[in-house]
Amino acid sequence: METKTPSKLEKILAAGHLAVTSECGPPRGSEGEVISKKAEMIKDYVDAINITDNQTSVTRLCSLASCIRLKLMGLEPILQMVTRDRNRIALQSDILGAASFDIHNILCLSGDHQQFGDNPQGQNVFDLDSMQLIQTVRYMRDEGKFLGGDEIERPPKMFVGAAANPFADPFEIRVRRLAKKIAAGVEFIQTQCIYNLEKFELWMKQARDRGLLEKVYILAGVTPLKSAGMAKYMKNRVPGMDVPDEVVNRMSGVPKENQAEEGIKICIESIQRLKEVEGVRGFHVMAIEWEEKVPEIVEGAGLYPRPKVK
Amino acid sequence: MIVAERKPIDEIRAFIENCKKILLVGCNECVTVCYAGGKKEVEILASALKMAFMKEGKELEITEVTLERQCDHEYLEEIRSIIGEHEAVISLACGVGVQFMAEKYPQVPIFPGVNTLFMGVTEEKGVWTERCQGCGQCILGQTAGICPISRCAKRLLNGPCGGSTKGKCEINPELDCAWQLIIDRLKELDKLDDYDKLVPIKDWSTERAGGPRKVVREDLK
Amino acid sequence: MRLSYPDSIRIIRLPCTGKVDVIHIMEAFEKGADGVYVAGCLDGECHYLTGNLRAKKRVEYAKKLLDEIGIGGERLEMYNIAASDGPRFAVVAKEMHEKIKTMGPSPIREAIARKKAA
Repeated sequence: METKTPSKLEKILAAGHLAVTSECGPPRGSEGEVISKKAEMIKDYVDAINITDNQTSVTRLCSLASCIRLKLMGLEPILQMVTRDRNRIALQSDILGAASFDIHNILCLSGDHQQFGDNPQGQNVFDLDSMQLIQTVRYMRDEGKFLGGDEIERPPKMFVGAAANPFADPFEIRVRRLAKKIAAGVEFIQTQCIYNLEKFELWMKQARDRGLLEKVYILAGVTPLKSAGMAKYMKNRVPGMDVPDEVVNRMSGVPKENQAEEGIKICIESIQRLKEVEGVRGFHVMAIEWEEKVPEIVEGAGLYPRPKVK
Repeated sequence: MIVAERKPIDEIRAFIENCKKILLVGCNECVTVCYAGGKKEVEILASALKMAFMKEGKELEITEVTLERQCDHEYLEEIRSIIGEHEAVISLACGVGVQFMAEKYPQVPIFPGVNTLFMGVTEEKGVWTERCQGCGQCILGQTAGICPISRCAKRLLNGPCGGSTKGKCEINPELDCAWQLIIDRLKELDKLDDYDKLVPIKDWSTERAGGPRKVVREDLK
Repeated sequence: MRLSYPDSIRIIRLPCTGKVDVIHIMEAFEKGADGVYVAGCLDGECHYLTGNLRAKKRVEYAKKLLDEIGIGGERLEMYNIAASDGPRFAVVAKEMHEKIKTMGPSPIREAIARKKAA
């Protein structure tokens, strides 16, 4: 398959390999080393690394600076960008900032409402939504122009991604939403973490029936559970998360000291099963504050070593 | 209509702490309908303020007036002859009326007695909810009559976001997800395919972002 | 029935407590009342169906207002008494009288008295 950008992630997907991505959360301070250390732990086990953008509206070191740090380490960053905090000027500007360091991957998101974070009294921007941001990046890349119409000197060459949540409400339009994002120009999708494999397979089937899987690379999201408590929390307190009872029970069914290990097992088993789902082109391993487990998961799922591309 | 809420008594008191004679002006329109600043509310607030002052051993004389509106010259003129006799005015009109009064009577301090909140509806007696943000480019024709700018906490034009849960917004389980409402309405109208159309990037220049707005009708001047 | 109740109580008769508006309560306190209570029909037995329910809500609102200005919402109460229930009427009257007596005169009454003396 042809690639449109110098993105290593795109090349791996185009070559037909199962891609593996993971994410690092920046620190709540200016200690950039935190990012480097996390990246060092996982770099040989993933093809690209997402850096979250003030996730849950909690102020952190910005995604752009962290991505630059990764790029300078010789790694492949994915710039996560929310539209909550920046207007179209700042968004385009930051895209150019990333492109100036030859960062070739972007994940376009709306962002959690600021009420969840450390600044609930702040304004929110939402000049654009996530779909319009996808359109913007594609426009900057393919037309070489700013939204205002002027020419861009050295347009960004970015591989454009977005998130998809097969488990959010209402379920019936989740595939339509995927279609919309594809129409907007998205090229790869990272899904919300999957525990309800049946529901995910149903979503994939509906996507397939609409002919969407030929137009986009879907990376299935997985998150290893650390404890039964975590499973219950995610089931009951996190919007848009679907954790079936069997999973919670399986975690509760083992003694506390073995739960982490069980969580990793479930994660690896999920990956194995998801490999069989038509249209799944890779995995996005979100091991929040548990990055040290990524190597074990990738190896256990038979995805190590990572393929090399030119 | 414009929905407002009375400010806490303490805050209002602080405005007129050192006054002995004030004018308390209500408005017969929006703030009457949302029980924040109509004739009845003027009476109640006047009584409350007088008692608050009496408790401190001070006296407060209050002239109570309720105008038809405070956003039109002709009604505000009605108090011209008496306003000068007062040290301050508390207006229970929305922010529009307070400002217009201040423009008309720059020599007298005017204070707001309500917090103006939003353009909304009376869902039921005692419950008012927001419906319009005055974006200046109404898209209700494309969203089955439900506004994502005023009713979606993220004003997404291509929603819902991943936080929509059982038809409610991620920030408040009692708040309807605007996009769920839009989808439900589109289904009822048998127009769900309209959902697939991408809503383009919005021109926000007609909204607050573009600066204070003005409408002129030459044919009416 | 010739039951007795304290002579501190002044009765204002209405066809229904639904007619009580917040301003009436406020004015009573403004004129120096140490306490006010609203006696309506028993729950579900309002002669005009919902008058006593409205009264209850207005009393709640006025209580908050009285707290806000420092008079004290406890000086205001809503009671439900059947129209024919003389004994309960007397009991409530005594209860309210005792409660207000313990609380002392309202700050407004004291302010009015001070002003008269000056």
